[in-house]
Amino acid sequence: MSTTLVKETPPIEEPVLRKLSTRRRLVPYWLLLPGIVWLLVFFALPMVYQASTSVQTGSLEQGFEVTWHFATYWDAFQEYWPQFVRSLLYAGTATLLCLLLGYPLAYLIAFKAGRWRNLLLVLVIAPFFTSFLIRTLAWKTILADDSLVVDALNTLHVLDVTSWLGWTEGDRVLATPMAVVAGLTYNFLPFMILPLYTSLERIDGRLHEAAQDLYASPATTFRKVTFPLSMPGVVSGTLLTFIPASGDYVNAELLGSTDTKMVGNVIQSQFLRVLDYPTAAALSFILMAVVLLMVTVYIRRAGTEDLV
Amino acid sequence: MTDKTAHTGNTGGGDVRLSGISKTYGSFTAVHPLDLTIPQGSFFALLGASGCGKTTTLRMIAGLEDPTTGTVFLGDRDVTDLPPYKRPVNTVFQSYALFPHMDIFENIAFGLRRRGIKSVKPQVDEMIELVQLGEHAHKKPHQLSGGQQQRVAVARALINHPQVLLLDEPLGALDLKLRRQMQLELKRIQTEVGITFVHVTHDQEEAMTMADQVAVMNGGRVEQLGAPADLYENPQTTFVANFLGTSNLIEAEVVETGGDVLVTAGGGKLRVPGERCTSAVRAGGKVLVGVRPEKISLTHADDADEIAAGRNRVTGRIADSSFIGVSTQYVVNSPAGAELQVYEQNIERDSRLVPGTEVVLHWNPAHTFGLDAAQSLLAGTVGDAGAETVEDAA
Amino acid sequence: MQWLRKNLVVIAGLLTLAYLILPNVVVMAFSFNKPNGRFNYAWQQFSLDAWKDPCGVADMCESLTLSLQLAAWATAGAVVLGTMIAFALVRYRFRARGAINSLIFLPMAMPEVVMAASLLTLFLNMGAELGFWTVLIAHIMFCLSFVVTAVKARVMSMDPRLEEAARDLYAGPVQTFLRVTLPIAAPGIAAGALLAFALSFDDFIITNFNAGSTVTFPMFVWGSAQRGTPVQINVIGTAMFVIAVLVVVAGQIVSNRRRKTATA
Repeated sequence: MSTTLVKETPPIEEPVLRKLSTRRRLVPYWLLLPGIVWLLVFFALPMVYQASTSVQTGSLEQGFEVTWHFATYWDAFQEYWPQFVRSLLYAGTATLLCLLLGYPLAYLIAFKAGRWRNLLLVLVIAPFFTSFLIRTLAWKTILADDSLVVDALNTLHVLDVTSWLGWTEGDRVLATPMAVVAGLTYNFLPFMILPLYTSLERIDGRLHEAAQDLYASPATTFRKVTFPLSMPGVVSGTLLTFIPASGDYVNAELLGSTDTKMVGNVIQSQFLRVLDYPTAAALSFILMAVVLLMVTVYIRRAGTEDLV
Repeated sequence: MTDKTAHTGNTGGGDVRLSGISKTYGSFTAVHPLDLTIPQGSFFALLGASGCGKTTTLRMIAGLEDPTTGTVFLGDRDVTDLPPYKRPVNTVFQSYALFPHMDIFENIAFGLRRRGIKSVKPQVDEMIELVQLGEHAHKKPHQLSGGQQQRVAVARALINHPQVLLLDEPLGALDLKLRRQMQLELKRIQTEVGITFVHVTHDQEEAMTMADQVAVMNGGRVEQLGAPADLYENPQTTFVANFLGTSNLIEAEVVETGGDVLVTAGGGKLRVPGERCTSAVRAGGKVLVGVRPEKISLTHADDADEIAAGRNRVTGRIADSSFIGVSTQYVVNSPAGAELQVYEQNIERDSRLVPGTEVVLHWNPAHTFGLDAAQSLLAGTVGDAGAETVEDAA
Repeated sequence: MQWLRKNLVVIAGLLTLAYLILPNVVVMAFSFNKPNGRFNYAWQQFSLDAWKDPCGVADMCESLTLSLQLAAWATAGAVVLGTMIAFALVRYRFRARGAINSLIFLPMAMPEVVMAASLLTLFLNMGAELGFWTVLIAHIMFCLSFVVTAVKARVMSMDPRLEEAARDLYAGPVQTFLRVTLPIAAPGIAAGALLAFALSFDDFIITNFNAGSTVTFPMFVWGSAQRGTPVQINVIGTAMFVIAVLVVVAGQIVSNRRRKTATA
């Protein structure tokens, strides 16, 4: 190497390794500390307390004591399994309906709305600005016995079919399973539409053209290209719908009857009215376990681990 | 040079000196310990493929990366432990890193304001004029074209009168025509302000056009350093020979040493000037003989007698030819080596030179160079794995 | 028929939209109702009574004020804590990253009633007095994860070279954060704050469990569903809807105009 100013230095005997100063290495921990402590104390710790409460026995007057009384779980499950099944059934049906109703709208906003896109998005989000309880009460008016909607369904003999299926009762919609599922569907529909829209909007429009160029019909294009690419939205949308729906008790309370009570209603009344804390805690624990299990299995199968 | 405030002089300061600096990430060594002196006022290029350590080296000068070992000197001053905001060094970042929430004026004024200078307006206005962005002062970066953004990035750095301006692939995001234009403009600015420019690029043409000195980096090491013409004419390694332009490399056996080294390849004899051999040669040993495609002349085999005596000759058969406009490029297969490249100026085209024709390649032995045979023939070529290792760890 | 097939998606989408909007229309219409009796579920006759006297119902406006205060404090708390976590997650390496990610994800993957019930067991066991503070603690807790997610998305899409450029241009760590990092992360933080405010303001289930005798606006509505729904509830619902839509539309117009003048 004749012309160079460069030479390889021989390996330095005692390399002066520079380390990040301790202070700088601690920065992330300081940033995390307050928020994580908050979550540990007010989210994780309560789970422990709830678990402990669920194996306590006693009464409100004499106080509760941990007696490892696991029978509470069995008793609670035996007594309230119909509400459990109902919760999962209603939440599942509502989720499916949300997907069926929400997908066309998300698709419309993502691909066909043009300059109306922003307006449509605002219209999807706008209902949020009115308290959901007020909007849920509005369904009482919409589904009242002599309302336009119920009259129309009656005239079209839809109610005959739904009554036969056990979804409605006679000429009534209010205070039936259908009313509760309709309320759940309505309440969580935006949580389905927004993630769907986000993942649809990311799809490069040229992919559709490419698929059609390669002899795919519009239906095949949807099945083989659009839908698979929107899977992240489908997965997070269904989770965002199913999870809150499974624990909801507002719709069942306001739009349903004693025959449509969900597990949320039971937990709420056991905790706040009956004051049977162990049973309520056990039910809540079972619900949590079931939902977490279902969500984990679902995420594994859908193959999108990174949701946060 | 002893100026500790560091912001006053625009020419004071002296050379940038890297002494034994290296950078390792876990088990990966991005830069092997290297010594490098960048003379004051020079336009210096660090050239190499992505992952060669050139950007890491630049970032260590900027202070954005702490070297694992070694020292960075600006003049006589050790700045190794200074954070970037205390170094009299500024950077033009890859894809510019203009602050999107500030207009052009505020972007350019940023450095001055941080140093507590009160009345920035005259200086900023002057700078905006210098880079010809007068009417754009109150636009946001995203409203400017790529070339304009590039000029803002340069202005934002230069207004601080740094001792050294670091440019990290500054023209990478521009299209070819604009890139050529900006190359000339950057060169003009550098000549005007006289500040040391250290320029990182993977584009060998860009490095050769702009820089006074080029350091070719590969695998975290500097392969060779020198003026562009010197690097091109006298590559010291196969990597440099292939990465800067194109080289024909022929494996040969040394027959005779002396003033000229005599070698045989594919049955023919070639001559290499002894002083252009990088490694010690001895009779019976191997050597890689190199020659640039444009140094070679092509003559139809029928006219072989007309070739002047004393030239290196290789016979072969044309495998392919492509007409480029100013030149015609031939690929010739010969017993000495497959796929030899020959560029012929289109002055007097011999219409007989079509694929399949037997030809003689001949050139002045002075244009031949000899490289150590213990290296890969393909180092630095497009398909070479070594040239396309991991992305720069930055 | 051809037309129908071509526009099937549009028709289905618009029907869904109608389903989403219908209750708001009903709420608005019934804010002009003059009901017979305590419940405002059947149309009787047009009246402006409720609009003239929106706070005419005992305790309603008090509950509204409380909810707004609660939402403001919960937002502030969640934004500060959540932004810090988001920066730590994106910008630093540290141990137990997986566990921390799970801890942030879990509150969003948990039925609200479970969080509500477990938090209540904690407060009961600690002997805490249920009220404003327990509700605030709960709201900060469940808003936190949403803020982290919103801010994280923004910080992740931020070019780290911008901060390097600031440091290169003589801005120290504090200046870099204040002048570059924070302004660029601001839309993410704003989105997180908006979401937190909406979540807190409209929360019912967790509040229902942990409020004791404190009455937030959703709690008031819930109670009125049992006792009788005053028309003023619809007035508040409609007013909030109209104000929010106006703010969004105004924001659109302003940003459109700014974009136009900027490019002109």
